[in-house]
This record gives sequence, C-alpha cells and structure tokens, in this order.
Amino acid sequence: MELLSGADMIARFLGDEGVEYIYGYPGGAVLHIYDALFRQDKVEHILVRHEQAAVHMADGYARAAGKAGVVLVTSGPGATNTVTGIATAFMDSIPMVILCGQVPSNLIGEDAFQETDMMGVSRPVVKHNMAVRHASEIPEVLKKAFYIAESGRPGPVVVDIPKDMTAPNERFEYVHPKKVKLRSYTPPVRGHSGQIKKAVEMLLSAKRPVIYAGGGVILGGAASQLTELVERLNFPVTNTLMGLGGYPGTGKHSVGMLGMHGSYEANQVMHHSDLVLAVGARFDDRITNGTDKFCPGARIIHIDIDPANIAKTVKVDVPIVGPVDSVLDDMLELISASEQGADVSALEDWWSKIESWRTVHGGRYEPSTQDNIKPQNVIEALYKATKGDAYVTSDVGQHQMFAAQYYKFDKPNRWINSGGLGTMGFGLPAAMGIKLSFPDEEVVCVTGEGSIQMNIQELSTCKQYDLPLKVVILNNQSLGMVKQWQDMNYESRHAQSYMKSLPDFTKLVESYGHVGLTVNKLDELDSTMEKAFAMKDRLVFINVYVDPAEHVYPMQIARGSMNDMWLSKTERT
Amino acid sequence: MRRIISVLLENEPGALSRVVGLFSQRNYNIETLTVAPTDDHSLSRLTVTTTGSDKVIEQITKQLNKLVEVVKLVDLTEGAHIERELMLVKVKAAGSQRAEIKRQVDIFRGQIVDVTSTVYTVQLVGNSHKLDAFVASITEGGVLEVVRSGISGIARGEKMLSL
Repeated sequence: MELLSGADMIARFLGDEGVEYIYGYPGGAVLHIYDALFRQDKVEHILVRHEQAAVHMADGYARAAGKAGVVLVTSGPGATNTVTGIATAFMDSIPMVILCGQVPSNLIGEDAFQETDMMGVSRPVVKHNMAVRHASEIPEVLKKAFYIAESGRPGPVVVDIPKDMTAPNERFEYVHPKKVKLRSYTPPVRGHSGQIKKAVEMLLSAKRPVIYAGGGVILGGAASQLTELVERLNFPVTNTLMGLGGYPGTGKHSVGMLGMHGSYEANQVMHHSDLVLAVGARFDDRITNGTDKFCPGARIIHIDIDPANIAKTVKVDVPIVGPVDSVLDDMLELISASEQGADVSALEDWWSKIESWRTVHGGRYEPSTQDNIKPQNVIEALYKATKGDAYVTSDVGQHQMFAAQYYKFDKPNRWINSGGLGTMGFGLPAAMGIKLSFPDEEVVCVTGEGSIQMNIQELSTCKQYDLPLKVVILNNQSLGMVKQWQDMNYESRHAQSYMKSLPDFTKLVESYGHVGLTVNKLDELDSTMEKAFAMKDRLVFINVYVDPAEHVYPMQIARGSMNDMWLSKTERT
Repeated sequence: MRRIISVLLENEPGALSRVVGLFSQRNYNIETLTVAPTDDHSLSRLTVTTTGSDKVIEQITKQLNKLVEVVKLVDLTEGAHIERELMLVKVKAAGSQRAEIKRQVDIFRGQIVDVTSTVYTVQLVGNSHKLDAFVASITEGGVLEVVRSGISGIARGEKMLSL
C-alpha cells in the first residue's frame, strides 16, 4: 500500500481518473497541491489570468467532451472569482469539479487571511459541495465529486480543501476508488415502461405533432436516437438554444430554433401542434413566452432525467423521468414493434402547413451594403469559411442569437454558449478549453466588442499555451441586445448601452502576440475570413464592424403566445 | 394549503443549511422547522411546515429530493398523521391568579414545570391550534414569554418513513 500526502493524493487521483488538463490559478492555500502537480506529469495545469476564465475553460471542455472539467483555485478571492463560472455551468447542467483551497482547519471561522465560506457562497449554484475533513478521505471525496458531477442531471461540484489536509508531511494510504455508492443519491437509469408505452400511442395517433428537443439531448448523448425518432416518425423537430445540433440544423425535419428569437416556423409549429414531445428541455421562460397561452391545443409528453423539471412551469400530460437516450431507445423499439405507423395523411397536411410557414420569414434580413455589413451576413460568411463544421462558442447578446440562428449545427456538442445564466465573457475561455483538448478542430469564438472585454486578458493564456483559435467580433460599438430592448421598450433612450473608447483591437491582440484583422467593407468579408482560417497555427482575431442599428428577429412579444412575434422593426404577427 | 413535510437527511455538517437555503432561494415559505438526529445517528429527521399551491408543494418535494443529502421524504398531510408541538410558556401567576392558571393548565392537560412566587412555567404539548388556544385563554398581559418547538409529525398506522 502506498502512502501519499493529501496533496499528492489529489494529483494522483486526477491522473488515475484520466484528467488530462486542469485549469487554475495558484495561491497560498493550494501551494501544497501545486507542488504535488509540479512533481508529476500525468495532469497538465493551465494557468489562466483570472479564475473565472478557468471555470469557463473547464466548462467549454466539458460541453465539447461530455466529461467533467476540473478547476483548481486558492481560497478567498480565488474561490469567489469562480462563482460566475460555476453558476454558468449550474444553469446549463455542465459536469465540473472545482477544487478550492481553504485556510487551515484551525483558522476556519476566525476571518483569517483569504478566508471565505466557499461552502456557503457556492451552495445555491452547485449540484453539490463537500468539504474535506480528514486528509485520508481525499480519494473518496474526489470520487464522489466526479460521480455526482457527471451522473444524472450533471452539474458543478465544489470541493473545499483546507490547507492542512494537503500537508506534505502527513501521509495516508492511497487507493483509487473504482466507484462510490451514495444511499441518498440514485439517479434514474430507465424510464417507466408504462408511461413510455402511453407516449408512443400518443405519438402514433398525433395529427400535428412536434418534437421540442433541448440541451438534455446533447448532455445525454442522445442525438442519434433523436435523429432516428424524428426521421422514423416524419415529425418536425425544433431545437432549443441549448439543444442546437441535437438534430442536424440542415436536416429536412428541422424547423430551427424556437422561443424568444426562434424561427417563425418553429414558434408557429409549437403553437398549432396537438402533441408536443419535449426531450431534455425545461420549458423555461425564454421558450414558452406567456405560459397561460402556451401551445393551447397540445397534449405534452415530457422526457427529463430531473423530475423537478417536470411540471415546473407548464403542466404535462405524460411525464417520463429517465435518461433521454434510454427512453428514446425504448420508444424506438415500441414504434418498431407497433403495427400502427404514424398518421401519414395527417402528417402530409401538417407538413404542407409547415412549408407555407417556412416561406413567411425564412430568416430574411435586409442585405448588407458595401459600407454597412449586416451581422447575420458575418455568421453566414463564417459558416461558409468553416464549412459548417467548427466548434463555435459565443458570449451573450445579439451576436449569440445571430450565431444560433444562422450557423446551422449538424452535430451535437459543437455549439457552446451560456444559455441559462447568459454570462458575458464566457466565449473566449470556453473556446480555449475546447481548442486545448481538440487541437485539430476549428474552434471559433463569436463575440461582441462588449462581451470580449469581460475576459480579454485570456489572450495572454492563449499565447502561453499556443491556442490557435479564431475570434470573430460582431462590432456594433454598442451593447446590441440592451440597445435593441431600449429601442423597442424605452423610446430609444440608450442608457449606458453605448461603448465609448473602444480599444484598437488589432493593436491590442498584436500586443498579446496574435494576429488582428479588421473588416470595414462588405467585399473584404469573405476574403478576410479565408485569410484568417488559412492561418492554422495562429490565433486570429477578426474585428468586423457591423450595422449598429440591426435588431434580432423574430422576437416573441412578451407575455403573448408562442407565435406572437415581431418579424422586423415594423411587422408583427 | 398548509403541508407538513418530513425529511430524512444525512446527519452531516451543512446538510441543514442546504434545506433552509433551498426554501429561500426558490421563494418557498417555512412556517416551522424542527430537526434532530434519529435513533440511527447517521440520519437526521427534519419536519418542515409550509404553505403553497399544489404546484409549489410538488416543486418543494421534488427540489428537496434532489438535494444529495436528502435520503427520503414524505408529505405527511397526504395521509392520516399525528402532529405535535411542544410549548414552554411563562405566565404571570401571583395571588388569586395562581389557582386560575392551574385550572387552565389542567384543562389543556399541560404541566407546570417551574414555579416562582410570581411566575408559572407551563409545558404544553399538542397540535398548533391547541397551543394557540391556550395562549389565547390567558388573560391579556398574563403571558410573559413563549417558546415553541415547531411541529414534529409522524404518519398513523403502519406507514413509516425509514430506510
């Protein structure tokens, strides 16, 4: 039996668990752990410039890889700086383990230097948190943390580690625990067969069905099952902001994204449907619009691994609690065994209605002119330059919605954005986390000149670790989404939504050792994109000046039904 | 509607704060809360009384169940159950009041557990209405101090909340 210090156990455990990278920032309370990491070579530590970025890096990795990202920070400010990142992961159910240093046990509660009650601070934004109370428990505590983070509905888990737990001179037996069992935590493994049977009967008799697929499809690795179900039944499918790529965006059954900035056809299909099959989606306020007017003629089947998501905002007729992949497998099996197929003639009528809706708005926007580039146009150029196959991260605001609307994701895990919390500053570090683990893939951060400045210091980290990702700024010199709301609801009083004194981004990125390109004219757009993506081994930052007056449409009208929408600045349904 | 939710949770530091925190984070009411270890010292039993629509109560039980340290829970108000609360109350008891207070205590099947020349300390057990009624029955100004335990509850008959 091997004897290891607490710090060495942490380093060894992470290696044994197959963790390749951890993202973090050192400080007093974690120095023993940093020393242990220094003395091994299985786990590589990535030094960020701000702890928030470490969490977003882990988050980007987790979303792309489907495994927990791991963060290491010191006590006090190191820990509190992670809170926004943790909350971001929590809202989007992203598996993550955050190791936080803590002052030595004997000082806890005495307002010691760099002491913060991280257990208390993080409690509302974690799936679970744990404090190490004895160094010998470290392997078991960490195993529990990974298990809880990755199983069931995933989420972030914080582990608080007082400095004395990692003391180099106290050694304990180390065994890598193969698994843990918690009597109070048993995530569901199968859906209820009776409920699934009932759901399938409803699906096969539906006249105007729609499949509403959320982030759970991506997290649950159920994109192939979803695609098979959609195609087998010949049903329309709409994906949420978190669910893009769960069914191919260019697939013929896709009606696009739904909700506040969803497509006209997706919101119409939802509103007029007689059966909604919700798969790993949570009916949040950016989807449903007024819940009292939500899908008035529809019965609802809801598959979710988290029972608390069921009937939280909208009443459901057939709830199915279970992992989406296994429930969809069971459904497919029942459909195969059933003699009755879907209602072909009703579906024919339904599809002709849907095709007519597709022609109403169809993602149109006023075309760009040479001196006035439309942001939508930039996303289309990016799509072309990357052949629609890049990992795309975004920040939050208009650029996020344009990217979601105009970049058609055909694969899961490729669209990486902060959907639930809406965290500006997420995109760049998330892209870094992806590029590090998927070096051969094209990774692009679509952002705005507001969002990028919330974590722009990470360009320095990109230099240190040679991360040749691409950053595309839709630069409208204002906080576009805020401004849009001010235009629509506050008589265009642009309170604090104009960004004065923007840096010269080209010079700025050059000072960090990267390449900066600027696009002012429409005819430079495609060529600049091509030039940027041809530089395989450089981080290229493309600053595109876009129309500052552009709005995102369609846009649901607040408290209305799904299909109450603005279609442009002047037209509404 | 008022509900009594009984929760078995891991007897670990911080577990209680998670339960309490959940109520404030999600804007749920707590009317009373009692908690103590059970015969199995690895478990605490917590009883919380709350109010809300059926939808809110359903969310409360689901969200509580999601807490990793919650082992099991039951909404006692869904079935026949017994609920009890303990109250200790200091009552002014001087001169002719003493006999009157003693009679009241007997009517409510309470006990006088401490006595001074001017004060009786009364112990009373029952459901919340009974305790309210006792306090109301004392003449104005007679109640000096009240401490109530909050409600503990258990299902009637064979139904049990155990592992």
